[in-house]
Amino acid sequence: METIKTNGRGISRRDLLKGCVMVGATLAVGSGFVAGSSAAWAMETKHVSPEEMATLIQLARDIYPHNHVADEFYARAMKGYDSEELKVQISSGINALNAAAQGRGYASYLSVPWEADRVKILQTMENSAFFQTVRGNLITGLYNQPEVWTLFGYEGESYSKGGYINRGFNDINWI
Amino acid sequence: MKKFELSDNSVVVVIGTGAGGGTLANELAQKGIKVVALEAGGRHLPQDYQNDEWGSFGQISWLDSRTTSGDWRVARDFSGLPSWIVKAVGGSTVHWAGASLRFQEHEFKTKTVYGDVQGANLLDWPIGLSELEPYYDKAEKKMGVTRTNGIPGLPGNNNYKVFEAGAKKLGYKNVHTGNMAINSEPRDGRAACQQVGFCFQGCKFGAKWSTAYTEIPQGEVTGNLEVREHAQALKIEHDAAGKVTGVLYADKDGNQHFQKARIVAIAGNSIESPRLLLNSASSMFPDGLANSSGQVGRNYMRHMTASVYAAFDKPVRMWRGTTMAGIVSDEARHDPSRGFVGGFELETLSLGLPFMAAFLNPGAWGREFTSALDSYENMAGMWIVGEDMPQETNRVTLNHDVKDQYGLPAPNVHFDDHPNDTAMRNYAWQRGRELYDAVGATKTYPTPPYPSTHNLGTNRMSAKARDGVVNKWGQTHDIDNLFISDGSQFTTGAAENPTLTIVALAIRQADFIAEQMNSGVI
Repeated sequence: METIKTNGRGISRRDLLKGCVMVGATLAVGSGFVAGSSAAWAMETKHVSPEEMATLIQLARDIYPHNHVADEFYARAMKGYDSEELKVQISSGINALNAAAQGRGYASYLSVPWEADRVKILQTMENSAFFQTVRGNLITGLYNQPEVWTLFGYEGESYSKGGYINRGFNDINWI
Repeated sequence: MKKFELSDNSVVVVIGTGAGGGTLANELAQKGIKVVALEAGGRHLPQDYQNDEWGSFGQISWLDSRTTSGDWRVARDFSGLPSWIVKAVGGSTVHWAGASLRFQEHEFKTKTVYGDVQGANLLDWPIGLSELEPYYDKAEKKMGVTRTNGIPGLPGNNNYKVFEAGAKKLGYKNVHTGNMAINSEPRDGRAACQQVGFCFQGCKFGAKWSTAYTEIPQGEVTGNLEVREHAQALKIEHDAAGKVTGVLYADKDGNQHFQKARIVAIAGNSIESPRLLLNSASSMFPDGLANSSGQVGRNYMRHMTASVYAAFDKPVRMWRGTTMAGIVSDEARHDPSRGFVGGFELETLSLGLPFMAAFLNPGAWGREFTSALDSYENMAGMWIVGEDMPQETNRVTLNHDVKDQYGLPAPNVHFDDHPNDTAMRNYAWQRGRELYDAVGATKTYPTPPYPSTHNLGTNRMSAKARDGVVNKWGQTHDIDNLFISDGSQFTTGAAENPTLTIVALAIRQADFIAEQMNSGVI
């Protein structure tokens, strides 16, 4: 599980999630990995804990929430934080997130059930270096994934297909 | 390819190969004048261009160290990136959208027409429209501008159709697919536009005019032009008489060379050009070359810009096709009853999803922002470009605390909006939103200015030496054999995209330089 693995490779949901703990609404963590609760994908972590990576994935979705974009793409955007150089900074940022959640009576950031309540927590720390680093990197980390473009209808490069001159540059029919 | 000796002091050295420098270099070469062009970037041609916003950005952008200050949002959101311009053979003509508009007559005499505007350092140009018209003719012919010289307009894409329908509902009359230096039919050995939609990333079909594959190779085949790539100009030297003698530059490996010159013409865009003059200070010119007026680096203009994006309940797919082939010119007039002097153009614009995420509302996060992106497929977009006020305090200076890769002080770009700029932007945003509301927009987004693509005015043209840096030929008031050949010589910015005027001035300057050389004056 060095990179994100999607479940087309014969891992059964039962096997993957055996011994996993659900964190938040859509994520599960196991020994050394975080996975989608549907077991559609899993990502190994080496330097940050699986819980920390799960928190980062939830944080990414709370910063740029798109209901039609699966967790897997947020996970891809956060994978770079699983590094020796960044792990201290990441732990400290996540500790601050969890402390803010605990100050509001929750066990952790991941256990805050409503997005609106998590957003209130983020608003108290949106000027922090941690938040701004994560937010800034998401602009390319999330929105520069070609697989994500298609979810928004964006078609990417067109030169190899001869541009749009014969492929609908002026096909609007409702104006 | 022709090579000239470093010791050849008969050459004209042109610094930069974009709209100004590339055109000047070719025009001189065609006249038999020997030219060495120093280009800081490498040579990227259509086969190299990328239909990928961030990939292309990394490939061709000018990304050297720069700093910013002032109240403009760019200083907060993109503090190290005041401008979005190109470092490559062809300069920003690789990246430009192709809009090629003539200035209006009154825009050459704003001091006279607008009167005193508090805080604005307005000045009339030392030339008028009639003086530039023959050169506009030549520039339009050279560049193949649509709706001139019998060249048909480009077809309207989806984004244009929404824009046009809204404009007509508002009663605008001057609405069409633009005067574009993009081939609507094959011309000059280049293909017609194939509606690729990546104009800003370099045109892979070569349908858009760029000096990279027009002026530069045309000059090179004469045997009179040598382009040195990856040659970063560091300092212009002069002799005891105060004439410039050549240019010190660094090559790809950082080794320094000195190219002798009879004449030096600077066309490094409006941040690098004044920076080079300031970095060339000497005991004879302690404030920098050609700076007896103190105006070098001042009056930095970037056009009053903004965008409006609008979401609809049905798909638009604005990214398909020519990025900027759509214009409304009705607001370009000077009409102080709107609450500001000068005017603006509305032009179609689209960004791909990656750049939309970066530029729609920089720094924003949460549902309001993401709901806009969720509508991406249903969005239409326009850019607003208008005249901004020259201000002495908006300026390029040397930041001695930040050094570039050659150890030279980086440029700092300071910009504060003038109240006239703000009033015009607010008015234009409103009109843009009304335009889309008129055709059923469900939501509109007033989007702030991007890092500057139009950088102007930092070596401005003036009749009197005390008011500016260059005379009406772009020749510096202080040094006869030193010229400025880019948009930094603009006295004021006008409402129109600047490239056509930069090219017209370069053609005219080439005539002047040739005549002065032939008569032995310089």
